[in-house]
Amino acid sequence: MIDGVVKYILLFFGVILLQVLILNNVQFSGLINPFAYILIILLLPIEMPTWWLMIIGFFTGLSVDVFSNTPGLHASATVFAAFIRPKILDLLSSRDEYEVGKPPRIYNYGFNWFLRYTAIIVVAHHTVLFLLEAFTWRGMGDTLLRVLASSVFSIVLIILLQLLFNKK
Amino acid sequence: MRNLFRFLLKYINFFLFLVLELVCLLMIIRYNNFQKVKFLNSSNQVTAGIFDSYSSVADYFSLRKTNKLLAEENARLRTMLQLQNSNKEEIKYTFFADSILSDNQFVTAKVINNSVNKQHNYLTLNKGSLDGVKPDMGIVGANGVVGRINHVSKHYSTAISLLNGRWSISAKLKRTNDNGTIVWNGKDHQKVLLEGIPYNVELTKGDTIVTSGYSSVFPDGVPIGVVSEVELDKGSNFYLINVDLFLDFNRLSYVNIVMNRNRDELNELEEQLNND
Repeated sequence: MIDGVVKYILLFFGVILLQVLILNNVQFSGLINPFAYILIILLLPIEMPTWWLMIIGFFTGLSVDVFSNTPGLHASATVFAAFIRPKILDLLSSRDEYEVGKPPRIYNYGFNWFLRYTAIIVVAHHTVLFLLEAFTWRGMGDTLLRVLASSVFSIVLIILLQLLFNKK
Repeated sequence: MRNLFRFLLKYINFFLFLVLELVCLLMIIRYNNFQKVKFLNSSNQVTAGIFDSYSSVADYFSLRKTNKLLAEENARLRTMLQLQNSNKEEIKYTFFADSILSDNQFVTAKVINNSVNKQHNYLTLNKGSLDGVKPDMGIVGANGVVGRINHVSKHYSTAISLLNGRWSISAKLKRTNDNGTIVWNGKDHQKVLLEGIPYNVELTKGDTIVTSGYSSVFPDGVPIGVVSEVELDKGSNFYLINVDLFLDFNRLSYVNIVMNRNRDELNELEEQLNND
């Protein structure tokens, strides 16, 4: 149990540093900025209550915000992602298939399942994020294009990170 | 009462969601409402410290490029010096040398964090109040305008980048002295828009845009970019002008903070005007 908590805390710091020091500097043509830190929310145990998820999400987003001079922006998007996660889990398969002690990983539930799970939450997160960042309905086309391009990039990154550490 | 409590408990997730989102929104709005947040920005000691040690490693990868840029700047400054010695009249028309001689002092700072990929970009610099940096001072790079100081802590400061939709600067066409406003188009980190130039002005591609000197933030005549595209905006009296920036914001490493010696005096005087 304690071992698990320590692992998640290490994951938290590792992913936040990866995001603010490396991924925040990645950009192609002003459209693609990957936000892979949402991985923290994706990997938390399935049985974790929603309110816990949201509080962790809030502080995850806030940590990224502090480094990007955007207080509230990432926090808001991440809280949203945490809020919808249980609903997405319900949607993807009936509750019975999930087992306590089997966190959402590729080796537990298969590649296809993980890809769908990641894709839905990442797109939801990015939509909120980029809409709030633009804070206007003007230039909707550009914003949506940004959401799509960045989502694809983030999803690929998250899957790669998962494959990299895909062992029990 | 107990029913209310039970109701809240039943929907605790939803209410917590609302509360957290409200907190986030308040933060976002407060920040928009002219960045009053004191602690949650990257000029505080912890975050700036992390950026500082990161950039001290990352700097090695761009040594060659930085070296080249500094050498180029050196060469240009040397040329100016030469000009000044040989012909005192000439100096008025080169770069912003005249302002260097009169009102402005420059402090060199290292950019320890920078972004170009957001809608509202900011920089973090490694000079703070101990070095005499104050909010609202201008920042210029080797070949153009960079931004304006926003927050200052003891050893660090954050600045609004020119690539930030919430900020614009007063600029003019170098050739004709017509005034306009430079704003970022929010897409490309090498392009900005020049607004407010009326139709009757003759414009050509390749015209140089410089700062106008109408504020105490920047000296007169700091280069910004060249006109790359001119469109006629139907239904308005102004041109749509695309400007290519001289400065590559992706490669900022060292910048100069402009310290206008007469800034306080100027501001005071203008404040009086507003009060009258």
